[in-house]
Amino acid sequence: GVYWVDSQQKRYVPVKGDHVIGIVTAKSGDIFKVDVGGSEPASLSYLAFEGATKRNRPNVQVGDLIYGQFVVANKDMEPEMVCIDSCGRASGMGVIGQDGLLFKVTLGLIRKLLAPDCEILQEVGKLYPLEIVFGMNGRIWVKAKTIQQTLILANILEACEHMTADQRKQIFSRLAES
Amino acid sequence: RKTKLSKNLLRMKFMQRGLDLETKKQLEEEEKKIISEEHWYLDLPELKEKECFIIEEQSFLLCEDLLYGRMSFRGFNPEVEKLMLQMNAKNKVEEVEDEAVELDVSDEEMARRYETLVGTIGKKFAKKRDRASYEEDENGHIKPTVKVKKMFLKPQD
Repeated sequence: GVYWVDSQQKRYVPVKGDHVIGIVTAKSGDIFKVDVGGSEPASLSYLAFEGATKRNRPNVQVGDLIYGQFVVANKDMEPEMVCIDSCGRASGMGVIGQDGLLFKVTLGLIRKLLAPDCEILQEVGKLYPLEIVFGMNGRIWVKAKTIQQTLILANILEACEHMTADQRKQIFSRLAES
Repeated sequence: RKTKLSKNLLRMKFMQRGLDLETKKQLEEEEKKIISEEHWYLDLPELKEKECFIIEEQSFLLCEDLLYGRMSFRGFNPEVEKLMLQMNAKNKVEEVEDEAVELDVSDEEMARRYETLVGTIGKKFAKKRDRASYEEDENGHIKPTVKVKKMFLKPQD
């Protein structure tokens, strides 16, 4: 039996195994400092990418967006993240591409959106071609073909927090018409 | 009679590579247990740790079956869509173990080939006179014939 407490919060606390979106803030020596929205920046080694060797460094610049997971995350140590899984494959982690928009939501919304039976995502997926990345630290990155579409998407996802299912369906039907 | 490998041999690095993690751990534990005379130890009975029924976890991953964080819709990013299928399938269905790779040649056929191989190679080294004695089977396989060595025949009186 698993019991858990579901609460609403905006502040993220790094947890081992969580996939998060981070922003590279500094590059010092062999590691990158990545801001994940926690109390301190996480460290990311340049070797923690698929196919990275000492000679073959990954192409990561300050200000890039990174999708990775924590390998070390406790209250006593600085969090460490990697962009590689236990088998050594990237499996979707690494630098997130150009353009798109990053915005913050509450942690509870992320979990709601990532639930297996989430209707919001199914409806969103029918609108137009788009790409979304969810970080467990409350950050969502979206990208669509035009800036307007991207902004609409961001607004919908942010507003999902407060809307009821009916209100949502209204908005989607209005969008589908236009 | 089975020759037993000495313990020192088993402890060498090249013998350890084939062992699994479990056997390795067991060996390590056994080594630690060997108490030499110089080591002082407490002569107390082993204390059993009380089983703890409550485990604290910080992560939500175990609580809720969440989908994979990267998503793409309507073909915006085909690689991400492939990933979505892979990652979400892993959660639902346990990956079927790789089926045994189908052999190109069946075991029977291999055995047959090896049987006749002896004959074929033997033909190479046989002298001209002996090559005539090599008969052929229905399928064209060489039947390995037993060569009769020519011995001295004693003349009959």
